[in-house]
Amino acid sequence: MPAPHENTKDISLSITTFIIISIIKSVAVVGVLLTAVAYSVWLERKVSAHIQNRWGPTRVGPFGLLQPVADGVKFIFKEDLTQPHVYKPLYIAAPIISLVFAITSISVIPFGNWVNIGPWGTYLQITDLNIGLLVVLGITSMGVYGVALAGWSSNNKYSLLGGLRASAQMVSYEVSLGLSLVGVLIMAGSLSLREIVDAQGGVFWGFIPRWNIFHGQTVAFFIYLISAYAETNRTPFDLPEAESELVAGYHTEYSAMKFAMFFMAEYANMVTVACLATLLFLGGWHGPIFGPPILQAVMPVFWFCLKVFFFMFLYVWVRWTLPRFRYDQLMAFGWKVLLPLAVANIMVTALIVAWRA
Amino acid sequence: MLHLILFLFFGAICVAGAVNLLAQSHPINSALSLIAVMASLAAEYLLLGAEFVAAVQVIVYAGAIMVLFVITIMLLNAGKEERSKGSRVAILVGIPGVVIGGVLVAWTLLHRSNMQAVPIGALKGDPSDIARLLFHDFLLPFEVTSVLILIAIMGAVVLASRPETVARGARKDEG
Repeated sequence: MPAPHENTKDISLSITTFIIISIIKSVAVVGVLLTAVAYSVWLERKVSAHIQNRWGPTRVGPFGLLQPVADGVKFIFKEDLTQPHVYKPLYIAAPIISLVFAITSISVIPFGNWVNIGPWGTYLQITDLNIGLLVVLGITSMGVYGVALAGWSSNNKYSLLGGLRASAQMVSYEVSLGLSLVGVLIMAGSLSLREIVDAQGGVFWGFIPRWNIFHGQTVAFFIYLISAYAETNRTPFDLPEAESELVAGYHTEYSAMKFAMFFMAEYANMVTVACLATLLFLGGWHGPIFGPPILQAVMPVFWFCLKVFFFMFLYVWVRWTLPRFRYDQLMAFGWKVLLPLAVANIMVTALIVAWRA
Repeated sequence: MLHLILFLFFGAICVAGAVNLLAQSHPINSALSLIAVMASLAAEYLLLGAEFVAAVQVIVYAGAIMVLFVITIMLLNAGKEERSKGSRVAILVGIPGVVIGGVLVAWTLLHRSNMQAVPIGALKGDPSDIARLLFHDFLLPFEVTSVLILIAIMGAVVLASRPETVARGARKDEG
């Protein structure tokens, strides 16, 4: 793989080529993301079934692999009810806000290294910003509005409680999530996701990869993992939609495609969070590379996808293993355990880095 | 050229959001217009080359502070405002104030227009530049400000907690 010249990026290309390449990349990435979202739902149903000693979806296609298509068709043809008591503009806007922000955050995620296709070359990333990580954090922090407004505009007490819980939880855990990343930033000395991954190349003692999880950020990794579960409202932190107390939480009043948009947003957020964990703690696309040249070109993307898949599997595994927290436990855990731990991790990392420098 | 078009576009959104903020009668619509203002301001910062400031603007203002606004409005279940005729003070002082302010801005722009425009990226906007300013050149003011904010937070906690719980906590400390 030819090493990209510094700052080659897409600047050397003509503006038309740049626009065409950008459009192709955007369409491809969003397509892959939506497919991944659809198949995470399938994965969730299948894995949960096997955990409970059932079969899960088997009827549509081999191993039920066409189930997401059937689900999609069903969602489109369901009756789209809008209750008379909702506040209509925000009721309609809320699922759109959720889904748009969930999908947008994929735009700065790098999937692999530089590739050359014929005369053109590009990074496997829609756009490389030198504040990539902050962009992802900013976009995810805007995603809270979708949930909060859905809860409020439904004009239903269960929805409102769900929306309030969700926004309080997401704001609280965003603090420890953000702080858990600072250690990684100190190690890499950059906010660009590509440079953070590049800083994790190489191995210790010949066999342990130099990923951040093995390189002093183990505690940060687990803080990130736990906060990420809370950020995406997944079990054991799925209080916003706790069905035993709140019917379905903030999306109680939603049906058909509007409900499906919340559903897709949840899974798209999970994919983004898994991508970030891969990039920041598990070395991104780094992994053993061997074989013929064509295989070598594909291997980094394969390693990246494998690590993301691992996180998606972990999500499902945790969901069907752990019970739900109580709300006060959730808040106490976030503020009294994760936050001090994250701050301590930053101080220790900073001291060690300063001492070595 | 593209920069100018985008600058004007986001500027228009910003002003429209600000006007809508005042015109809306429902608090939640006003809060949402304020978010639009914040977000378009962030886009303007981005166009000026201040990427870090733009990201912080979105994360802190549009993301964190406005979420708290929205949560408060949801919790209070605030309904539509009642329309009043407007206060006499606002008319007597406000309109001349706006006129004077507009004249001042226009005069400054016209008389200082020979000043050179700053090219994009000439000002410090990199995270490393801002970090050097904050933690090296202006370390003392930065730390003093953070202590001030801490004091304000503690004051808010004391004011917001009920007197009896404070007293009980104090007695527990004595005993």
